[in-house]
Amino acid sequence: MGSAMSDRVATAGTALDSGEEISAWETIRLGAAISPELKEGFGGTVALALLGTAGRVVVPIAVQQTLDKGVNGPHGIDMGFVGMMAVVATIAMVVTGFSSYLMTARLFTTAEKGLATLRIKAFRHVHDLPLLTQNTERRGALVSRVTSDVDQVSQFLVFGGVIGIVSIGQVLVATVIMLFYSWQLTIVVWVCFAPLFLSLQYFQRRLSDSYAVVRRMVGQMLAAVSEPVVGAVVVRTHAIEGRTQARINESISEYQAASTRAQGLTAFSFSLGGVSAGLANAGVLIFGIWLGQGHLWASGVTSGEVLAFAFLVTLFVSPVQMGTQVLTDAQNAIAGWRRVIGILETPADLDDPGPAGVQLPHVPLSVTFSHVDFAYPGGPPVLRDVDEEILAGTRVAVVGETGSGKTTFAKILTRLMDPTSGTVLLAGHDLREVDFASLRRRVVLVPQEGFLFDSTLYANAAYGDLDATPDDVQRAIVELGLGDWLAGLPLGLQTRVGQRGESMSAGERQLVALIRAHLADPDLLVLDEATSAVDPALEMRIARALELLMSGRTSVTIAHRLSTAENADEVIVFDKGVVVQRGRHPDLVAEGGVYGRLHSSWVAQQST
Amino acid sequence: MDGFRVLGVAIRREPWIFTVSTLGSILFGALTVADAWVLGWSTDHVVLPAFEDGHIRGGLLLTVLGLFVGVAILRAVGIVARRLGAGVMQYRMQAAYRREVTAQYLALPMSWHQQHPTGQLLSNANADVEAAWAPIAPLPMAVGTIAMMVIAIVQMLLVDLKIAAVGLMVFPLVTLATLTYQYFSSPLFTRIQALRAELSEVAHESFDGAMVVKTLGREAEETERFAAKANQLRDLGIRVGRIRAAFDPLLEAIPSLGVLGVLGVGVYQIRHGHADAGDVVTIAYLLTIVAFPIRSIGWLLGEFPRSVVGFRRVHRVLDEPVEVTYGTAALGHTALGARLEVDDLDFAYVPGQELLHELSFVVEPGRTVAVVGETASGKSTLTTLLTRLVDPDAGRVLVDGTDLRDLAPGELAGQVALVPQTAFLFDDTVRGNVALGEDVPDEEVWEALRTAQADGFVAALPHGLDSRLGERGTTLSGGQRQRLSLARALVRRPRLLILDDATSAVDPEVEARILAAIRADRSGDAVAASTMVLIAYRKATIGLADEVLFLADGRIADRGPHDALLERNPDYARLVNAYEAAPEGAVGGQRHE
Repeated sequence: MGSAMSDRVATAGTALDSGEEISAWETIRLGAAISPELKEGFGGTVALALLGTAGRVVVPIAVQQTLDKGVNGPHGIDMGFVGMMAVVATIAMVVTGFSSYLMTARLFTTAEKGLATLRIKAFRHVHDLPLLTQNTERRGALVSRVTSDVDQVSQFLVFGGVIGIVSIGQVLVATVIMLFYSWQLTIVVWVCFAPLFLSLQYFQRRLSDSYAVVRRMVGQMLAAVSEPVVGAVVVRTHAIEGRTQARINESISEYQAASTRAQGLTAFSFSLGGVSAGLANAGVLIFGIWLGQGHLWASGVTSGEVLAFAFLVTLFVSPVQMGTQVLTDAQNAIAGWRRVIGILETPADLDDPGPAGVQLPHVPLSVTFSHVDFAYPGGPPVLRDVDEEILAGTRVAVVGETGSGKTTFAKILTRLMDPTSGTVLLAGHDLREVDFASLRRRVVLVPQEGFLFDSTLYANAAYGDLDATPDDVQRAIVELGLGDWLAGLPLGLQTRVGQRGESMSAGERQLVALIRAHLADPDLLVLDEATSAVDPALEMRIARALELLMSGRTSVTIAHRLSTAENADEVIVFDKGVVVQRGRHPDLVAEGGVYGRLHSSWVAQQST
Repeated sequence: MDGFRVLGVAIRREPWIFTVSTLGSILFGALTVADAWVLGWSTDHVVLPAFEDGHIRGGLLLTVLGLFVGVAILRAVGIVARRLGAGVMQYRMQAAYRREVTAQYLALPMSWHQQHPTGQLLSNANADVEAAWAPIAPLPMAVGTIAMMVIAIVQMLLVDLKIAAVGLMVFPLVTLATLTYQYFSSPLFTRIQALRAELSEVAHESFDGAMVVKTLGREAEETERFAAKANQLRDLGIRVGRIRAAFDPLLEAIPSLGVLGVLGVGVYQIRHGHADAGDVVTIAYLLTIVAFPIRSIGWLLGEFPRSVVGFRRVHRVLDEPVEVTYGTAALGHTALGARLEVDDLDFAYVPGQELLHELSFVVEPGRTVAVVGETASGKSTLTTLLTRLVDPDAGRVLVDGTDLRDLAPGELAGQVALVPQTAFLFDDTVRGNVALGEDVPDEEVWEALRTAQADGFVAALPHGLDSRLGERGTTLSGGQRQRLSLARALVRRPRLLILDDATSAVDPEVEARILAAIRADRSGDAVAASTMVLIAYRKATIGLADEVLFLADGRIADRGPHDALLERNPDYARLVNAYEAAPEGAVGGQRHE
C-alpha cells in the first residue's frame, strides 16, 4: 500500500502545498503579509537607492565638464572651474555615498528581520501540519524549505535585489543624462545594446533551465553519496561496494557535466555585454564626430560630450552582464519564497481551540468513540463505525492483524488525526474542543519507534517533563523497574544517545520513550507496540511496573503480543477496520472468532 | 598561508585548465586596459582633431570601429576562457574529491563508521568538498586582476608621471579597503556558514522527531530552539549588512575621487604642455574600469578560511588508514551449509568494558543455532562479528575453518547473509532492493519475496517489482521493510544465514508463516543445508533451532537444546517463559488458558 498511498495522498491534497499556483505578485503580497517587517520604510529605501545610484554619473559628467569647459572652453584652460567642479563632484559623491550606506543597511535589516520571521513561522507550521503530511514529505525537503529556500530569498533581497534596483536605476539615469547631451547618440547607444536587452529573457530562460537540471543532479548526487554512509551495514554485508561506487560515480559525473554546461552558458551570456560596449563606444565616437561636424541633423555635440558618452556606456555594461544572473536569482527567490509560503498555506487540519478550549481535569479519563469513521483522503475506509466506550481507570488492550486499523484508532484517540465522521469524547468533552496544551499534558502516546534527540539520556527523558531534575528521572527509571539497566550504563544519565538515538539498541530507545512518557505523568496513556524490541522478561517487568503506576488511570495498549491482552481488563479486537469482538481475555478465547485465531497462533509460537 | 597551499593542490592536479583560465583572465585584463588606450588614442587622433579641423578621416573611423570591436570580442573570449576554465577546474576537483571520499567510506571498517555521526560524514562529502574548492572560482579573476593592475600602472607611468602618481594612489587604497572589509566580514561569514549548518541540523532533528513533538505537545519549545538559531543568523546578517553598507560606497568612491584628482592634475599638466587631453581621458578611464575587479582579490581571500577548514575536514577522512585487510583465501562453493566456529572471542566498544568475553562455539553445517539473551546483552554485536563488520579484539571467527580475516574481498558476503534488526532500504525499486544490482531472474526474486511473506504487498504495489520505495523506504511499514530486507538475504541462497531479531515488527501470524516458509525451504533442496544463526526472543523462532546459546554477562551461560535449557536453567526459563509466567502476577488475576 506504500506508494499507492503516497500517489493517492498527492492527488487528494494532504500533501504539502507546493505553492506553484501562487503568482509572482501574489507571492510578494503574501510574503509581505507574513513578514510585515519587509514593508517597513520601503519607500524610503527605494528613494535612497535612487539617490545612491545617481552618484554613478558624477564621474562621466565631471569628465565632460572638465574637457568642455575646463580645457576646451571659451577661456582656454580654466583651473578655477576645474577646482570648483571637483569640489561639487566630491560633495555629490559624499551625499550619494551616504545614501547608499543608509539604503544597504536598511535593506539588510528589514530583509533579515522579515525572513527570520518567515523562517520561524514556517518551522512552527511544519509541526502543526497533519501527521500524514509530515510523513509523506521527505524530511530533507521540509528542512530545505525553512533553510535554503529562505536563504535564497534573503540572498536575493540583499544582493540580487540591490543589484537589480541599482542596475535599472543606472540605465535610467545614464539614459536621461545621455538624452540631455544628445538624443541622437543616445539612440546609437540603445541600438547597440537593444539586441542584448532583448536577448536577456532568452538567456535567462536557458540559464534557469540548465540550473534546474543542476539542482536535480545535486539531489540525485546527494542521495547516492549518502548510501555508503546511511546503508553502511547493507553495503558491507552484501559486498556491493563496486555497484555502490559505480552509482555514486555516475551521479557525480552527471552533476559535474550539468554544472559545467550551466557555467558555459553563464560565461557566454556574461561575455556578450562587453562586445556590445565595444560596439557602442565605437558607434558613439564615429557618430559623435559626424554630429560634431554638423552632419546628420546638425547638432552641437562637443568633444567632451562624446567622451562623456564613453564613460556613460560603461554604466550599461554591468546591468547587461548581471541582468541574466539577477533575473535567474529573482526567479529562484520567488520560487523559494513560494515553497515556504506553500507550507503556511497548507492547512493545519486540526484546529487548536487554544486556551479558550476545554481544560481537561486531572482525573482518570474516560473515552467514548461515537460512530467514528476514518479514511485517508481518496482511500478506502480504515475505520468503520467504531462505537466504543472505555471507562475511566481501566486497562484496555487493542489487538488485530497488521492493517486492521488499531494504530489508526490510537492516533484518533490522541488526536493526531481527526475522524472523517463521528466524534470522540474524552471525559465527556469533544476532543476537538479540548485545548491542545491541556490534551498533550493529560494524554500521552508512546509510539513503536521511540525517537531520541542527539543529546543525553537525561535530556531525552526530561523531554516528557521539562521541569524534571536528574533525581526525578532517576526515580522514574527505578519505578519502571529499569534501575539495573541504568546502573549498567557507564555514564548513567549523562550517556549520549547519538543521532536519532542510534548509539542505543532499538530496545533501549523504547525504554527511553517509556521513561519519557512516565515522567509526563498522563491520565490517559496510549502504548502502540511500545515494548516490541525488548526481551520478554524485561517487557513483562515493565508491564507490571506500568500496571502499578497506571492504577486508577486509563491505559490503552496496542500489542502484537497477546500477553498484554491476557492481563488487560478488557480486549478490543479489530478486523478490517471494524471492532469485531470485545471482552475479557478468557471469554474471548472461549468465543473463538478473530481473537481465537490470533490467540492460537500466539500459543503456537509460545509452546514450541 | 594555508589557503594558498590548498589552491596549490588544485593547481598541481589541474595545471592545464588552470593555465588556460589564467591566460584567459590575463587576456581579459590586458584588453580591458587596451580599451582605455583605444579610447585615449581615439580622443587624440580622431575625436579632437575632427572637432578642431572639421575633417572626418573615413579610414581612421574604420580603425576606431575595428579597434573597439576587436578588443571587445577578444575580451569576450578572455571572459569565457576565464569563467569556463574556473568552472571546469572547480567541478573537476569537487568530483575527484567526492569520488575519493566515498571510496574511502566504502573501504573504512564499520567500527570507524560507528564512531562518526552520519550527518558529519554526509557534510564531509558535500559541503566540505564544496567549501574546499570554492576559491577556485575567483582565482583566475584575481590573477588576471593583478596582471591588469600591473599593465595599467605601467601604462600610466608611460603616459605622465604626475597624473599617474595621483592615479596610482587609488589601487593601494582600494586594495587596502578591500582587505579591511575582508578582515571585518570574513569571520562573520564563517560564523554564518556554521550557523546555517546548525539551523539545518535543528530543523532536521526536530522534523525527524515530529511524532514525539506532537504527542508531547512540545511545538512551542521546539520553535524556541529553532528561533534562537534563526535570530542569531538574523543578527549576524544585519551586522554583515552594516559592514557592507559602509564599504560598498567607499570602494566606489575611491576610484571616483581618483578620477577627479586626475582631472585636476591633468588639466594643470595640459596647461603646461606636459600632457594632452587623451592622456587624461585614458588614465581616468583606466581608474574607472580597473578599480572594480580589485574586489575579486577580496573574494578570493574571503573564501580561504572556509576552504582551509573544509579541506582539513575532508582530509581527515582521506588520510584515515584503511584498517580492514583482506587475505586471499576462498571458500568452497558447495551447496552444503557453512561450518561456523567462534574461538575464544573478546570484544569491547569502550576499552576496559568488555561486552563479549572468551566466547567459543561451533555451528556444524546445516544446523541452526538460536542466540538468546537479555536486551543489550551483546547479541547484535555478535552478529556484526560473525559478518566481519567489526573485527574481534582477541580470538577468531572461522567459516569452514578459515579465519574471516584471511578471506578475499567479497568472499564472505557471497556466502553469508545478515538480516539486521533495523531494515535499511535504498531509494530504489523493490527489485533493486532485493537483487542489489545483480542479474537475478524475476522468478527468483518472487520466490524470495514469497518465503519472506512479502509477495502479497509487493504485488499490490502499482508497479510490482518496479515500484520505487522512496527515501529509506518510508512509504512502507516497519514490518514490510523487514520482510524486504529478509528477501534480500534469501535471494542470495546464503550458506550461512544470520537473522538478528529480523521479524520483530511483523505480527505473530505473519511471522509464523515466514518461519514456516523458511523451514519448508530448508527441507527442499535449494537451501537445504544452509546453516542458520538466529537472534530471537520468541519461542517459535527459538523452536527452529537445533541448539540454543544463552548469553549472559558477555559469556555463554548455557547451551543445549531449548527443552533441556528450559528444564535446567532457571534464568533462561524466566526470560523465555516471561509471557506465560506473567498472568500469575497480573492485576486482575485471570488464569492463563
